[in-house]
Amino acid sequence: MEPSLASYLALSGILFTIGATGVIFKRNAIGMFMCIELMLNAVNLTFVAFSRYYGDVTGQLFVFMVMSVAAAEAAVGLGIIIAFFRNRLSIDVDDASLMKN
Amino acid sequence: MASTVLFYLFAGLAIASAISMVYHKNPLYSAISLIGVFVALSCIYVSLAAPFIAAVQILIYAGAIMVLVVFVIMLLNLDEDKPLNRLRYLYFVGGGLGLILLVQTFFVFYAVMRAPNHPADQTKMVGRTLDLGSAMYSQYLLPVEIVGVLLLMAIIGAVILVRRLSQPQLELVLEHELEQEHRKR
Amino acid sequence: MVYLVAVVIAFQMVLMIVAYTVLAERKVLGWIQGRIGPNRVGPWGLLQPFADLLKFIFKEDLVPDKSTKFVYFLAPLVALTCALMPMVVYPFGPTITTINWNFLPWGLGEGITQLPLTIARIDVGVLYVLGITSVGVYGIALAGWSSNSKYSLMGGLRSSAQMISYELAMGASVLGVVMLAGSLDLTQIINAQINSPFRWFIIPQIIGFIVFLIAAFAETNRVPFDLPEAETELVAGFHTEYSALKFALFFMAEYVNMFTVSVMCTVLFLGGWYVPGLEPLARFLGLGEWIHHGTIVYAIISHVAFIGKICLFLFFYIWVRGTLPRFRFDQLMNFGWKFLLPLALLNVILTIVVVYFLNR
Repeated sequence: MEPSLASYLALSGILFTIGATGVIFKRNAIGMFMCIELMLNAVNLTFVAFSRYYGDVTGQLFVFMVMSVAAAEAAVGLGIIIAFFRNRLSIDVDDASLMKN
Repeated sequence: MASTVLFYLFAGLAIASAISMVYHKNPLYSAISLIGVFVALSCIYVSLAAPFIAAVQILIYAGAIMVLVVFVIMLLNLDEDKPLNRLRYLYFVGGGLGLILLVQTFFVFYAVMRAPNHPADQTKMVGRTLDLGSAMYSQYLLPVEIVGVLLLMAIIGAVILVRRLSQPQLELVLEHELEQEHRKR
Repeated sequence: MVYLVAVVIAFQMVLMIVAYTVLAERKVLGWIQGRIGPNRVGPWGLLQPFADLLKFIFKEDLVPDKSTKFVYFLAPLVALTCALMPMVVYPFGPTITTINWNFLPWGLGEGITQLPLTIARIDVGVLYVLGITSVGVYGIALAGWSSNSKYSLMGGLRSSAQMISYELAMGASVLGVVMLAGSLDLTQIINAQINSPFRWFIIPQIIGFIVFLIAAFAETNRVPFDLPEAETELVAGFHTEYSALKFALFFMAEYVNMFTVSVMCTVLFLGGWYVPGLEPLARFLGLGEWIHHGTIVYAIISHVAFIGKICLFLFFYIWVRGTLPRFRFDQLMNFGWKFLLPLALLNVILTIVVVYFLNR
């Protein structure tokens, strides 16, 4: 007896929501970045679950693409954070606002 | 029976690690919790008959991306988030929005839950390296090539973003900026 | 149930090999340096590992005051767990098919026709081992950071940077073998070596073998790449602030890593448990009925050959430690990125070209 497709989708939905509220709550750039990675992983889980239940390899292939894009995004995003930190010595995103009050 | 128990175990682990990641203010504890999420998800992928994706998840997410994040946290010596003294009510607004999002995602999946529930076809293996590889290089060749170029762009971009300018280059950049300021006035 | 017994036996074997590697290192280093190693505890010092274990248990357990306690305790656990986990995919020997298992009591032997000597046959064995080795970097990085000491932090960061740099060269050098074997499964790689005209993949993949060996030295933080933990450089690197049993865990993790990499080298390049001339020799001597693929005598001889090859690599590790000086850190990183990785990629390209033209 296996868990049905709905259980995997429910787990994916819960992880996605936790990631989304994390992006709202966190105030440092690295915390936000990590919550975005969590959201991407929730979507990966959805793809793999569908790929299993419909017997199609396309789902897993797309997961592979998403992982590559996430890796590229991690490299560039962390580069931006480091460059940002060099100028301001803090990565609190509230300090990143150049617009006047 | 065993697969149900294992699913609930790994799902519980993933959700607990995710909540721990959002809760901790220290970025290193968040990073460690996120690694826990990735490992739990990798175990779920194994139970979904996707061994290649599970191994690649550990290799790339837990083994490369998070190492990068942990390095950045250690090198920049990041502190915990300072506690907010004003606008505390925004936490509750955020929590409310999260609940609304959760209800919305379950509403979408309600349709799937109402659909007839076929169990997965146990005999068709699509997760092996052979299947993934042949699909990747025959039918889906274009996305693979584009991802290759994307990774090359990311490498070049990351190297340019963090290089320190040499002294002559620094002077050039400063000169350029001063010129622009003069022209504006 | 069978898996539990198999895991316990394999675990015991790995720990015993690691314990005696520690002793072997001290004795062999002693012989290279013109002295005898430990020889007081038991004949030829054979009980030395147990004496070491007792010493580590009874030492005073210091915990630095300003360290982050949770991460400080977590780091050696992560290091040792990730070092021991690849144990489940090692092919310890060929499958035994000729025993009738009905002699086991309580009907345990019904319906079993073969006994594979691998605990878990995973479709992506090579990726699994490489992935777990990547996660092992955390043990060192977290240990260096949580000790709250500048020597530990420097040592930990340098060590992690070195490990992740050489992981690339290691992965790229494995690609050539995977291409020749056509699968990522370790058992399948050994079968491919049995069926190939070269018998062992070290012959067509000699460049890959050398790259893998050098990258393996850097992965396990051994000489000549052990700057992060050398005594004269950074006190003791990332494990400066660890004492007693936690240090023993790091120490063991380093030797289990050595063992892991030696097993991978043997399986990928030296044919694992396969001894090329065994079956023809047995047939020539008229023992063909007792010694062919599937009998228990063949399995025992192959297993002993496997352990022998692993011990050869461990001896090579110790030999290099006694002979070579160590790299400076920038020389090390230069070597990894600018020489070893391009060489591994060149090997992959050469293999691709040759395999393509041979399959036409």
